[in-house]
Amino acid sequence: MIPAAFDYHRPADVASAIALLQEHGDGARALAGGHSLIPMMKLRMASVDHLVDLQDIDELKGIAITGGKVSIGAMTTQNELITNDVLAQAAPILREAALQIADPQVRYVGTIGGNVANGDPGNDMPGLMQCLNATFTLVGPDGSRDVAARDFYEAAYMTEREDEELLTRITFVAPTGGYAYEKQKRKIGDYATAACAVQLSKQGGECATAAIAMTNLSDVPVFSEAAGAALVGTACDAGAVKAAVAAALEEIDPMEDNRGPVDFKRHVAGVIISRAIERAWSRA
Amino acid sequence: MNDQSPPTREQRVAGLKGLGCSRKRVEDARFTQGKGNYVDDVKLPGMLFGDFVRSPYAHARVNAIRTEEALKVPGVLAVLTAKDLEPLSLHWMPTLAGDKQMVLADGKVLFQGQEVAFVVATDRYAAADGIAAVEVDYEELPVLTDPFEALQSDVVLREDIADQTEGAHGARRHHNHIFLWEEGDEAATNQAIESAEVVAEEMVYYHRTHPCPLETCGCVASMDKVNGKLTVYGTFQAPHVVRTVASLLSGIEEHNIRVISPDIGGGFGNKVGVYPGYVCSIVASIVTGKPVKWIENRMDNLMATAFARDYWMKGKISATRDGKITGLHCHVTADHGAFDACADPTKFPAGFFHICTGSYDIPVAYVGVDGVYTNKAPGGVAYRCSFRVTEAAYFIERMIEVLAIELGMDAAELRAKNFIRADQFPYTSALGWEYDSGDYHTAWDKALKAVDYEGLRREQAERVEAFKRGETRKLLGIGLTHFTEIVGAGPVKNCDILGMGMFDSCEIRVHPTGSAIARLGTISQGQGHATTFAQILASEIGIPADSITIEEGDTDTAPYGLGTYGSRSTPVAGAATAMAGRKIRAKAQMIAAYLLEVHDDDVEFDVDRFVVKGAPERFKTMAEIAYAAYNQAIPGVEPGLEAVSYYDPPNMTYPFGAYICVMEIDVDTGVHEIRQFYALDDCGTRINPMVIEGQVHGGLTEALAIAMGQEIAYDEIGNHKTATFMDFFIPTAWETPTYTTDHTETPSPHHPIGAKGVGESPNVGGVPAFSNAVHDAFRAFGLRQAHMPHDQWRVWKIAHDLGLHG
Ligand SMILES: Cc1cc2nc3c(=O)[nH]c(=O)nc-3n(C[C@H](O)[C@H](O)[C@H](O)COP(=O)(O)OP(=O)(O)OC[C@H]3O[C@@H](n4cnc5c(N)ncnc54)[C@H](O)[C@@H]3O)c2cc1C
Repeated sequence: MIPAAFDYHRPADVASAIALLQEHGDGARALAGGHSLIPMMKLRMASVDHLVDLQDIDELKGIAITGGKVSIGAMTTQNELITNDVLAQAAPILREAALQIADPQVRYVGTIGGNVANGDPGNDMPGLMQCLNATFTLVGPDGSRDVAARDFYEAAYMTEREDEELLTRITFVAPTGGYAYEKQKRKIGDYATAACAVQLSKQGGECATAAIAMTNLSDVPVFSEAAGAALVGTACDAGAVKAAVAAALEEIDPMEDNRGPVDFKRHVAGVIISRAIERAWSRA
Repeated sequence: MNDQSPPTREQRVAGLKGLGCSRKRVEDARFTQGKGNYVDDVKLPGMLFGDFVRSPYAHARVNAIRTEEALKVPGVLAVLTAKDLEPLSLHWMPTLAGDKQMVLADGKVLFQGQEVAFVVATDRYAAADGIAAVEVDYEELPVLTDPFEALQSDVVLREDIADQTEGAHGARRHHNHIFLWEEGDEAATNQAIESAEVVAEEMVYYHRTHPCPLETCGCVASMDKVNGKLTVYGTFQAPHVVRTVASLLSGIEEHNIRVISPDIGGGFGNKVGVYPGYVCSIVASIVTGKPVKWIENRMDNLMATAFARDYWMKGKISATRDGKITGLHCHVTADHGAFDACADPTKFPAGFFHICTGSYDIPVAYVGVDGVYTNKAPGGVAYRCSFRVTEAAYFIERMIEVLAIELGMDAAELRAKNFIRADQFPYTSALGWEYDSGDYHTAWDKALKAVDYEGLRREQAERVEAFKRGETRKLLGIGLTHFTEIVGAGPVKNCDILGMGMFDSCEIRVHPTGSAIARLGTISQGQGHATTFAQILASEIGIPADSITIEEGDTDTAPYGLGTYGSRSTPVAGAATAMAGRKIRAKAQMIAAYLLEVHDDDVEFDVDRFVVKGAPERFKTMAEIAYAAYNQAIPGVEPGLEAVSYYDPPNMTYPFGAYICVMEIDVDTGVHEIRQFYALDDCGTRINPMVIEGQVHGGLTEALAIAMGQEIAYDEIGNHKTATFMDFFIPTAWETPTYTTDHTETPSPHHPIGAKGVGESPNVGGVPAFSNAVHDAFRAFGLRQAHMPHDQWRVWKIAHDLGLHG
């Protein structure tokens, strides 16, 4: 498992990285932690002539939390998401989810930017970012633009991002209330059989807001507005949870793979969603 | 105590670190510091690298192979195809099972991942680019992945032998049939079953999996054209046999071939066979005059080198109404893949599968095994078990459970009722084996007591009630197993590999200053031979284990042996070690008597010395004796202190054990949790309890993997679906439960030190224990049989099919 030969670039700022992407067009790819891209290159399923390594670009690093707004640089590793205590205060669901990604070795190197930019339906961060209603900042030759996570994913490995754009930052409003990231997998290091992110808030014994998104249950992450709506105004009792699950299941379209057939995945998805809601509610 | 006072006898015994001592593994210093020396660490001057173009199809004609573009890739020196090997008659090679196998695709390919061409380049990067540039014209053919369908199909897989109605193991009744092998009295068995009060019938499938050692297979072949010597470093579980095969295939005289197995990173049966990579590396080295390395990557290993299991076992077991077993009938449809490359002793095409009467006194039995060709990789090796013994143990331990259901009886009680009793040993089974020793009831009672079996059953019954009331969605399974293995192949009169009798050997040299080196015909792959064989010797010859070097794996220095697999090292080479040690001791006795000026019979061995009988203050230590052996002229005694023993065991050994697994199962997600695992092993005399425990932990973890998720799966057109660790389950510390180990000790009566072998017991017994736990959890709801692996979706499906999802 040896990739085809490629040229390696290591720009020190975003502008030079974009210039390289522009110059080499189709044959160029940004390299973050490499834990999705390099395996594909080793399998010769991705052919990359020019690797543009982003690790020397300081602008892409760091976690900032100001005025209830969380901003995370694309090159922040998954391990940093776990170990940053201020972030854990502001948005504990990130730590809970990141701890369920791969294994420590992968998390030391894999980045949040790579995870969301990759467009693999198996990645956990995209669904979570949809749940949090995050915004992705893309910078390209023509400047910068913001795209909502909920609008970013088109199909497997197809996103709103243009080839010569870089994803630089991820921002979202620090959530309040209860949260849960529930994931079923076969073993450590596996992608989800089904996973669900829930963030909800409670007021006077009733659910005031609820956001529900799912991972690996379609060719893109699935944010279910209807599922959230089914909870709002209820006490998240069994009936409400059932309605939310039913609404969420309407929107998924899992595929058969080694993790199991479609009917199994749909069933497990239902279980995982309801557990996520119940756990989030218990924390709200 | 005064420092000057002589050591007590106990201190002298302890100082030897001999039998029974939990001596720390001497290998671990280098392994834990990254200082091991594996095949891929071997780097010779000018070394080239070879790698394969592999077939993307499971069945296709190969119409053309174009190598021109590949040869233009910088660094690529040669591309070998079957056409290049044909003049040397090396485009096919014999298998261990009496079949032959393509080295490189000869006109067609028969499984995905099959070797098509061998690219030789200056390094592995250039080889990889060369592979990508080789163009192959394939014409797809219909694919057979189901052995039952293969036996009916018009599609001919093996055109080379399509007309042969006789194979290496008798008649072939169809062009995709390999053999029918039978043992036992079928007529009498059928009669017992037909006239029985109760009969249970079931198809038990033991799925295809793979030994998957952490280090993949590989070799470095180095032909020295000046002196005509070929050296091959490789991941060989049987280096001496590889040398003989290499000589027979290449025509190079055996004394001109040196085979070296350096450190091996696990074998588990995967490294017993001879693979195209070895042949091609040797040819490439002969052609180029340079050393050539070939190392599989993970996908190559999982796709192409030897798989394990894939047995469809149709069973019938009969009993009296009160649970006394009266007969056992088994027919196996064995999927051998594209070539019959099973690694079994020649006369046993289904290995020792006929140990399938297990721990039970079954009066009459029959086994028939049909070997079948399909479009899957060849192999069929014993994955951490003696030949097909895991399949046998799984079969009988499932049939016992099914019979218990049929009888409405507790499965622990049914086992106890049918165990071979201690007073029946040596016991001859209905299928012809002579079990050497055992005490099953004692082990069983100890195990049941240790886990509070009654209490567990009560808890389980309460759980079922709570489940029915809707208070829980988790069920509790209690997985029972009592296994009996047959290991230590084996008597030369009925066991051989390619004609080489399955003895083993040890050669000992005691040095003048009282330390020693011993060399054996086996080769450790993680079993800790350097630690444990030194302990056997320490107890036999009174030299501390720490002063004994154990060496294996270099055919130029080690005595001939058949290698390490099938738990044979301790039963066979361990016996040779003890016997060679006894020769040393016999000579030492003569020297001691001479030095002490008494008659030979007037001295006796005492721990680390010979003492004058009745006068223990008059003695010579082994160190003194060793020195005398080299510096004194002793009348009638040759100088030196060396011995060699080739040991042909009179019988196999029969380790056994009782395992109990307690498992929680979430019926909604199929997720399991192992709450408790108790493993009692009886491997006869225990050489090193700590090494035994390590072997048991490792074997149980492999068993967990196999039972709960690990598989080699193909889709209907023969695409391999589990060729990476994302899909091929290898448990990490996270998935691995805590094990409780225990033992009884029933020595083998025929082994010089009574040891039986243990490395494979936990895989043999572990798989049915885990699987039975899954089955048992659903017994109250009517489950009889569900095939492994019990991964989440399959467990979920059991619950679903039983209507437990409402
Ligand atoms: C064994 C294993 C198990 C895993 N399990 C999980 C899991 O359970 N859940 C999970 O979510 N992930 C899992 N992963 C994937 C892992 O989290 C990756 O690290 C992550 O998907 C990609 O991040 P990266 O930094 O490694 O990106 P890379 O692999 O470097 O890049 C991925 C893709 O994103 C592009 N890209 C990266 N950064 C940017 C950027 N700033 N702007 C534009 N494009 C960019 C790259 O060009 C590439 O196409 C696993 C990986 C492994 C090896």
